Order: sequence, then C-alpha cells, then structure tokens
Amino acid sequence: MMVDFNSVDFLPWLVPVGPLLAFLIISLATNRAKPEPASSLVYGGFRPPYGDLGVPVATSWSRILSITVGISGVVMSLLVSWRLVFTATATKDFGEVVFGSSVDWLSLGSLPAFQMGVLVDPLNSAMLFMVPLAVLCIFIYSIGYMAHDPRQSRFFALISLFAGAMLTLVVADNLLLLFVGWEVMGLCSYLLIGFWYEKDTAYKAAIKAFTTTRVADVLMLLGIAYLYAETGTLSFREILYNPAVLEALAGKEALLFGGFGLSAAGLIGIFLVIGTIGKSAQFPLHLWLPDAMQGPTPVSAMIHAAAMVSAGIYAILRMYPVFAAGGDPHHGIFTAPLLLMAVVGAFTALFAATMAVAQNDVKAVLAYSTISQLGFMMAALGIGAYIAAAFHLITHAFFKALLFMASGSVIHAMEHGEHHAHEHHAPAHGIGGGADPHDAHSHDAHAEHGHDAHHDAHDSHAFDPQDMRNMGGLDKKIPVTYWTFLAGGLSLAGFPLITAGFWSKDEILADAWLGTTEGFGPHALVFVMLAVAAFMTAFYTMRQIGLTFKGEARTEPAQHAGLGGQYDIISQTMQLPLIILTPFALFAGFVGVPKDFPIFGSIFASEHNPFKYFVIESLHPVLHFEAPAFNWFPVLVSFAVALGGIYLGYRMYWVKPLKAGEEDPMIKILGGDLYTTLQRRYYMDELYVLLFVQPSQWISRQVNEFVDKGIIDSVLHGIARFFTWVGDLTKVLNAWLIDGVGDGIPRWIFQAGGWLRGAQTGKVQQYLLVVLIAAVVIGVIFALTAGAVTAQ
Amino acid sequence: MAGFSILSAIVFIPIIAGVLLLFMNPKQRDLIRGVAITAAAVMLALSAVVFFSFNNLIADRGGYQQETFYTEGDKLQIDASIGESAGTALYAEALRYEERIPWLTSLGIYYHMGVDGLTAPMILLTGMVTVAGVLISWNITDRQREFYAFFMLLVAGVYGVFMAVDIFVLFFFYELAIFPMYLLIAGWGWVKLREYASMKLTLYILIGSVVALVGILALYFTAAEFFQGEGAPILTAAIESELLPADSQPFSFSMVQLTLAAENGAFDIPFLGDVTLAKFWFPFIFIGFAVLAGVFPFHNWSPDGHVAAPTAVSMIHAGVLMKLGAYAALRTGVQLMPEAAQVHLPWIVFLTLINVVYGALIAFRQRDFKYVIGFSSVSHMGLVSMGWATMNLTGMTGAGLQMFSHGAMTALFFGCVGMVYDRAHTRDIPSLGGFIKKMPWVGFAFIVGGLTSMGMPGLSGFMAEFPIFQGMWEASENVVLRIGLFELTNYYTILVILAALGIVITAAYVLRVTSQVFFGEFNAEKYPEVGDIAIQDRVILLLLGTPLVILGIYPAIMAPMISTGLMPILQLLSGGM
Repeated sequence: MMVDFNSVDFLPWLVPVGPLLAFLIISLATNRAKPEPASSLVYGGFRPPYGDLGVPVATSWSRILSITVGISGVVMSLLVSWRLVFTATATKDFGEVVFGSSVDWLSLGSLPAFQMGVLVDPLNSAMLFMVPLAVLCIFIYSIGYMAHDPRQSRFFALISLFAGAMLTLVVADNLLLLFVGWEVMGLCSYLLIGFWYEKDTAYKAAIKAFTTTRVADVLMLLGIAYLYAETGTLSFREILYNPAVLEALAGKEALLFGGFGLSAAGLIGIFLVIGTIGKSAQFPLHLWLPDAMQGPTPVSAMIHAAAMVSAGIYAILRMYPVFAAGGDPHHGIFTAPLLLMAVVGAFTALFAATMAVAQNDVKAVLAYSTISQLGFMMAALGIGAYIAAAFHLITHAFFKALLFMASGSVIHAMEHGEHHAHEHHAPAHGIGGGADPHDAHSHDAHAEHGHDAHHDAHDSHAFDPQDMRNMGGLDKKIPVTYWTFLAGGLSLAGFPLITAGFWSKDEILADAWLGTTEGFGPHALVFVMLAVAAFMTAFYTMRQIGLTFKGEARTEPAQHAGLGGQYDIISQTMQLPLIILTPFALFAGFVGVPKDFPIFGSIFASEHNPFKYFVIESLHPVLHFEAPAFNWFPVLVSFAVALGGIYLGYRMYWVKPLKAGEEDPMIKILGGDLYTTLQRRYYMDELYVLLFVQPSQWISRQVNEFVDKGIIDSVLHGIARFFTWVGDLTKVLNAWLIDGVGDGIPRWIFQAGGWLRGAQTGKVQQYLLVVLIAAVVIGVIFALTAGAVTAQ
Repeated sequence: MAGFSILSAIVFIPIIAGVLLLFMNPKQRDLIRGVAITAAAVMLALSAVVFFSFNNLIADRGGYQQETFYTEGDKLQIDASIGESAGTALYAEALRYEERIPWLTSLGIYYHMGVDGLTAPMILLTGMVTVAGVLISWNITDRQREFYAFFMLLVAGVYGVFMAVDIFVLFFFYELAIFPMYLLIAGWGWVKLREYASMKLTLYILIGSVVALVGILALYFTAAEFFQGEGAPILTAAIESELLPADSQPFSFSMVQLTLAAENGAFDIPFLGDVTLAKFWFPFIFIGFAVLAGVFPFHNWSPDGHVAAPTAVSMIHAGVLMKLGAYAALRTGVQLMPEAAQVHLPWIVFLTLINVVYGALIAFRQRDFKYVIGFSSVSHMGLVSMGWATMNLTGMTGAGLQMFSHGAMTALFFGCVGMVYDRAHTRDIPSLGGFIKKMPWVGFAFIVGGLTSMGMPGLSGFMAEFPIFQGMWEASENVVLRIGLFELTNYYTILVILAALGIVITAAYVLRVTSQVFFGEFNAEKYPEVGDIAIQDRVILLLLGTPLVILGIYPAIMAPMISTGLMPILQLLSGGM
C-alpha cells in the first residue's frame, strides 16, 4: 500500500496527529519547570501549606514554547480538517464515496485481520468543521486564562491530548478506535478536572467524573465485544452501511432477554446507549458534569462543548443504524434502544432545565443547560430525528463554547475586581501585602485567577467570584464579554430566526410534531417535554444574563471588575475567541434551514436544506427519510416558548434588576423548599451516596472482614489448629507409645536377658520344644499365605 | 542439540550465578551487585532473543494464518496410523529451541525443554522482572549476598517451569522455585508478617502441587499402560513419523507423548463409576496448579505473601510466579484432559468471576498500600482463568496477553510501592499524600500502571480484557454446564457483565489510592527523607512501563504468537467436542 498524503484517503490520518504530537513534544521536551518555594508569589493562588517546599513552576520560555507547540498542533488539525471538509462538500455523491484508508492491525488465528483505519463521511465532516475551530478558540483562550498558572505547560500538553483524542474519535473508521479516543478523553477529563489537585474538591470531582463515566464505558465495551462477536468486524462501513448485516443483527435473538423479543441489535444498542448516557451526562448518570466545573474554565468549555459530551452524541449518531435496525421510528416502529433514548433524553432535557433555574453559580447554570441540551439531542435521536440531532450538536457546540469562555471571562473579571477592592480596603491582606500597589495589582490578580472555584479555601471572607448574586452591572465593565455572552445566550434560548439555536431546536420540534400528528406516543412525549424544557431554557438564560450583567454592581468586586486593560495580552487572548465564535453562534443555523420555511427557506435553502442534504448521505439509502413538510404549529410553538421564556426572564431580572442584599425573586415564586431542592439537584448526590456508595462500601467491608478474614482465613486457621492439635496428640502418643515402645524394647531385652538366663537351663529337651513350637508357627503362617496366594 | 543451547543457558545462568554468589565475600558489595545485575541482564538479553526471534520464526512461515499453520510443515500431515494426532502434531510443531537430554530414562524422564507461542512472552516477562528485581534490591544491606543467591535460584525455577516440556522437569522446577521463595520471605520480609505469610504461602502451594502431582502420576501410569496395550501401534507410528523421538518408550513424562495419549482417548477410561479418569482428576490438577494463580477460595496466601515479601520478591511473585500457576493449569489440565475441561471449566468459571469481583472489592477496603496491589492481583488473575474458561481462541489469547500485561503491570506497581515505602517508611494510605510532587516518576508510573489495570485503551490491559470479554460472548452459546439433570446454558453473558463491573471497582480503588498517595497535600515535616528516585529506579519504571504502552498500541507484537501457542489446545478442545 502506497502511502500518499496528497490523497484525501490518507489525509484523515493526519487530523489527530498535530495535537497528539504536541502532547508528546510538550510533555517530553518543553514542559520544564524550576523549583520555587511554595510561598513564592509565582506559585498560583491556591497555596497549600507547603511552606518553603520547592514546587515546580513552569519557566517563561517553557510556557511560550509549550503554547506555540500546542497551538501549532491544533492549527495543523484545523487546516487538514477543513481541507477535508471542503473537498468533501465538493465531491459528488459524497456519502456513497468516502475518504478513508486502513491497515492490518491485528490478526488472530484464522479470524480475518482487524483493520484499523480512518474514515471521513458526511457526518464527521460536520464534526471536523466544528471541533478544530472550537478547540483552537479554547487554546487561544487558555493562553490568557492560564497565564499565571504554575503548570501552564502541563495544561497545554493535556488539552492537546484531549483534542487529539477527540479528533481520533471523530475520524475513526471502527468502533474500537472510537472507543480508544473515547477513553483517552475520559482520562484527560480526569486529569484536567483534577488539574488543581491540591484542592480536595477538584480531585474528588475528577474521580467522580471518571468513575461515573467508567461504569457506563465498561457496559459500552461489552456492547462492542458483543457486536464484534456477532459480526466479526467493528468497521462502521461494514456494519452500518450494510443492510444485510443490520438485518441479521435485528433478526437474531439477543443472548440476554432474548425471550422478551430483544434482538441482538437491540441489546448491543442498549449497551452503547448506556455508554453515551454516561459520557453525555444523561439521567441517571448526569451527576458528574456539574462537579466537573472544578476544572479550569477552558476545560469546562472543552468538556461541555467541543469534545467530551459531544462525543457521546456523536457515537450515537454514528451507530444510529444499529439502534434503528428492525424498527422505523418514522413509521412508529420503535426498537428498545430508540425508546430508551427518547425517554431518557426527553426526561433529562426537562429535569436538568429545572435545576438550571435555581443555580447561582454562573458556570453551574451552563453545566445544567449542557445536560439539558444533550437531552434534546438524545430525545431527537430516539424519535429518529437524525439530522436535527446532528444539527443541534454542531450549533450547540458553538454557542456553548462561547458561553463557557464568556463566563470564564466574567469570573476572571470578578477576581480582578476583588483584588482591586482589597488594595483599597485591606492592604495587609494575604500575599499582596506590602508589595507595590501598582505592581501587585496586575500580578496578584492573575496569580489568583484560575483558581476560581476555590477561593474560599484560603480567603478569610470566602468571597465567591462565581456567584451571580455577587455580580450585577458587569455589562458596562466588560462590554465585549457582555455582547458575546448575550449572543450565545440568545442562541441557547432559541431566539427566533436570527440565532443558530432556534433553527436546530425548531427542527427537533418539527420532527417530533410530525410523529405526534401521526399518533406515535414517544413523539408526543418528546414534543411536550422538549417544548417545556425550551421555555425554561430561555428563561434561565435571561435570568443568568440579567443577574450577571444588569442593574448595579451588588458587591465591591463587581464594582471594580475588569479584564485588566484593553491592550493587555491576557485580556486580548481571552476576548478574541469570544469574538470569533459569536458569528457561528448566531448564523451557523442558516446552513440547516428547511427548504419550505417561508422567506428564509428561499434565501438559504433554495434547492434543499443544505445540512440535511449533505449529512443524510452518511446513512445507507435504505435508511433515508423525508424531511417533515413545513408545518406552522411547531414553528409557532418554538416562537412561543423562546419568546415567552425570554420575556419572563426579562421581566423578572432585567426590568427590575436584583439589588444588593435582595433575595432572588425566584425563591418567593417557587417557595423556599422547592427552590432549595432544585438548587441541591433534587438531593441526588446524597441519594446516590445512600444507594450506591454506602452499600458498595458495606459489601466490600463484609467481603473483606466476614468472608475473607472471617470464613476463609478462619477455616484455614481452624485447619492449622486441628493439625497442631493432631501434632500435639501425636507428640503425646509418641511419648507414651513410641517412646514407650522404643524405650521399652531395650528394657524388655534387658529383662528378657535376665529371663533367658534363667531359660538357659542346659536342658536339651526344653530347647527342642521351643524349636518345635517355632517351626509349627512358621509352618502355619506359610500355609495360610500360600493358600491365600493360590486362592487369588 | 549440540552446541550452544539458549534455553539451557537461560536456566543455568541464574543457578551458576546463585552458587557463585554464595561463595563470595559478603563485604564486596559492588562485586555482588555486579554479578547479580550481569546475570540478570544476560538473562534478559537471551530472553529477548528467544522472544523476538520466535516472532521471526513464525513470520517466516508465511503469516499467522491457521490455514498455513496446518498445511505447512511435514509433521502436520496427519497420518491415519497415528490415530488422532492433529493437536499433538500442532503442539510438537509449535515448540522451538527444543533440547532433549536423557535424565532418568528408566522412568521416561528427559531433560526436555522448549518454548512455544504461549511461553515465549512469559520468558521475556521473567527476564524483565528479574532485572527489575535485582535493581530494586540494590540497596539491601542485610545479607545481600544470600538475598541475591536465593533470588537467582527462584528465577531459575520460574524459567524452568515455562520451558519444561517434560512434566517431571516442570515439577522439579516448580518446587525449586518455591523453596527459595520461602527463604526470601521468611528471611528478608516484613517483620510483622513474614513467618506467618511464608508458611501460609509455602503450604498452600505445596499442597496444591502435591494434589496435582498425584493426578499427573495417575495420567502417567494410565498413558504408559495405554501405550503398552492398545496404543502400541500409535506409539510406533508416531515414532516412525518423527512426531516422537526414536527412543520413546511407553513410560514417559513427555508432554507430547501424554498429549498423544490424551488425544487418543487414553484418559477417557472409566475410573469411578461413570466418571472417567480425566473427569475425576481434572479438578485436582487444574485447581491444584491454579492455587498458585490465586483461584478463589485458595487465594488467601497471595496477598499476605505479597505484603510480607521484600519488594523484589513481591515483584517476581505477583509478576511471574502467579502466571506459573495459570500456565501449568492450562498446560497440564486443559491440554491433557480437554473433554474433562469442557465439563469442569463451566463451573470453575464461577470461581474466576468471584476472583475478579471479590479481589477488587477487598482491594477497595485496604488501608495498606501493598495489600491493595496484592488483592488487585487476585482480581486480575481471575481474568486469566476466566479467559481459559472461554475455551475459544479470542478469549484464551486475551488471557495469554493478560498474563504478560498483568505481570509487567503488577511488578511495576510493587516497584512503585517499594519506592514509596523505602522513603516514607509507611504504607498506610491515609497518612500518605502529595507524593507526586516529590516523586514525579513514581507517580507517573503508578498512574500508567493504574490505567492499565483499569483497562484504558492504548495500554496493554485493555488489549487483554477486550478479547476476554469478547471470548465470553462468543462462548456463551457453546458452553453448557451440566450438574446431574440440571443444565445451565447461555450464562456466560451474565458472568461477563458482572466481571466488567469488577473493572469498574478496579477503577475506583486505583483512583482512590492514586489520589490519596500521590495527590492531595504533601506533609513535608512528616516525610523529610522523601526525595526523587535514583537512576536504577527509573530504569525499573521504564523497563516495566514501556511494554504496557507498546503492547497497548501494537498488540500484534505478541497476540498472534500467543494464539499460535494456543492452537494445539484449541485443536484438542474441538477434537474432544
């Protein structure tokens, strides 16, 4: 096989190479640190009691080189990916024709060799457009956001690996390679959520994220193993673009629950869906995602938008033909995995939205909104709205990446303000004390920043820069952040016609409505749940923007909030990505306008819905379905829920902004108990501790103490005691019998000697008598044994 | 056979080095270390030669395909006069570097060595762990000379078992390994536990092996009787076609000859009522050896033994010695009694499942760093036996990979624990913390090991576990458990789901230990001596860590080799069906 990287068939191999190489280069070469006393200012804001212990702090040249290497890697991916995407859009019959190549990777015995390869088809073309762009923005943002972190080089190594894993997953042509990327991302999320591992909460959150997704992952792995055992291949094209294989899978009874009419495809599908439920944080495995905000904000953007959670939905999109095998959601025939997705997705969408309403942490609102929006996609896939889900995945990634980075910028500004406030009122406070105020101003603020979530750990007055109640009036302090946040927020809220979020959500609702009119239960459920969730989305987004940016500053830090000057490199690198992403958050929706949508359809989709027309070709023609005809009802519903929610939020939080010391009006409306319940996430963390953590600890304690030490070791020790006792017994016997005999024999001989002396009478008759008796005895014994021998 | 024979060199270098060490001046520590490390390095180099040239030998045959394996090679032309011999022929053909020297010919005992695809990776693993073990004992001050001498004898025993083709020789080396192990633990172990643990370990293993020995002797005599009677023409034909050497007699401990007997039904004679000889003895032989692999409920010697042993011995013990058990159970149990395996493995698999979950659960509870690793070995070795129980190529290849992967991984773990303990003087997990700051190499290596053990793709653990799970799915429809009238089918799927949950528990305890020992806050006052590791420690970490990554990314370096080693056994199993 000639490797020719000018050919588009080989080019996909290069997509993940840049970031992976960057990871290696940074971790092996450019990540250099010199030890600094932990009490030194350069050692970040969160300062554990290390005293003057030397801790490694990245040197400036190491930072610059690592950043350069990291960004170059992503730029390389971006260029290769976009080249592929543009070639793909220009290729005739793309979908039937795909770009890809593979190599023999492993062969066992007589089984056909396992092919490891890459593939670009319409579905992942869309991903290849979005992922590198969002990732590049996140990288640029990290230059500023992590500028004063002692481990910035390491950070760039890890997010490069993260990006490389995501891109590997996207270009994989088989489920095994996809799973490799999937798991490596899980690992990166663990390392990055726990990046500030000195913080108790951070590494606990990291463990929680990792173990929760791990539970789902092993089940997914079983699904993969089952699929491989059934079909002998894991290649997407061979399984998914092959109706014969799908039919066979759908026709075969599953090894488990086969009696209930579950097909092999159904069981495999359920396993794979469970994997996504974990990775994309769907109910009931959603708890890790809000905690994951303990990581630095760029990581949150990475997890929530560009990479990890999107990967879950992408995997389902990828494997969709397996889920749909044997069913047809467009005609009301649902398979088990589809139903599972519809129910879980719809429920999660609404459930998470209710929790988002009552959060005060600016990042927490976004975290719950991510869970909710992923629920939208999951539900859409459950009812067969394949295109709508893919579309929402892309638009959501853009506006959610924007929102996360903008919220990081808000937090940064608040921390900045806090230090400013300190200088005026508490000059002796903490580490800034005594330094030149001008110098300390910028220095301290940045040293502090980044360790956002854990301020209270070392701050005497426990100021939380993420708490929206402490904010207010930031629109005038950080206008760029405000306007970009607003753009992202409106897109999330689905503001009609001009935002991307509207078009993608509308399409999901349109599909759900079509099924509802035909009387399919799951469609109706999805439609109702998602409409309500969309309303709440619009509301909590407006609440968030209102609380953060509107009204007057409620605290002193908010009064002094700022990003540190217009020409500051930090300020610039943090705002540039926001500006890049804003147009995508607003206008990316126009690629997916339905053809017969009034006015817009004729502008943006004169021939056909471009996104749909392109992406649907990922599926085998057998699976193609017609777009729903234009219907006013779902569009009006979209309008109503978005505008209704926005209006309500506007009334409550914009018209009468919260004043300092005032209580959130929500508490009055919902009542304290309900409000607290929502805020505490329905107490599910506590419930899980009660249901899973404590019982598993109890079981392991019992196994350890009762079974292992109690039964098995006791039996062993019992046996040992028994043998010791037997040994003692033998010893006694030995003393009494053997020794008795042993000692007795000489004594007996001695005595017998004395007796024999008496017997030696010298009388021949007596001797003869003895000989005779002896001869008789011997003769009898001989006769008996000989008889026995002959008898045999 | 004349000239330089690489297998004998590997076995005798440690014996010679061990004896040499005993006669050296204990004060010349550098010389002692030098001899030990030279011997270990030579062994590793020779082992690597065996492993990598083995790969070439297979590759020369024109690929790894089963078809080519059957058609190529004259011995594989199955001659009708030898009766059923396809499996035996495959086995004989799979052996490389054979050496055969008469020893006690009247009993049919030959010093007969050889490696096949299954054992070649184990040879390499033993070499790696030996070097690591010598290096990590670099600074032992207490009777270092004797320590290294016994260590060398132990290694010789381990090598011998993997190479033996003659079961008597296998037993000989098996017992040879146990004896120095006892001395090493009792003499250099952790003072609080060493007497108890060394006694427990030795008794468990000895009793297990004695039980197995009785079974093997039963097979030996039965086979001899068979070849003297109805099997005599088969023996003659086998000698004529060069399947067996010309001086073969009915009495023989040769695995090849015993396999031939097994394949022709010599062991399927009635023994106790309806139960055939093989079906009666299989559990004794299989479990007798599997005791050393830590099979439930005979696992309890292992964590205690690991904890009590000095680091080097823990490494070789968990890394290699436990594999001896799994290997011998397969080689003697399944290979000689394939039909019985199909009857018994379907219930033994439950024990292996218990191993996996139970070991992980207990590991989760431990406060002692070393006990965590000890119980994790119990858990992971369960996966090896589970792989044997799939009785198909995928699952068993996975088990073979798991033997290597777990060996390197657990040795790495024990190395890390030892390095932490040497500096902190405690293994109490809650009182450690933040060690990655002071020992970044160890922290990183431990994380790599941890990720391997929890089955992270890209590392070897995944490449071992995935085939085992897949093999379980494949086996599900074929395996039937019959106890009297009771019949159970299709239950492997449920077992594999439960086993997979064991992997989740693994992730939980690995993360728990990692976070508590390496992350969190470092207490500088409490651990003033903690500093970074020495150069020889880095060599250990690299030596044991690198294969985990290589095998994870490119399993083709080992997996096809292992599967050729398993082909004869699979042929026997399918022939028996």
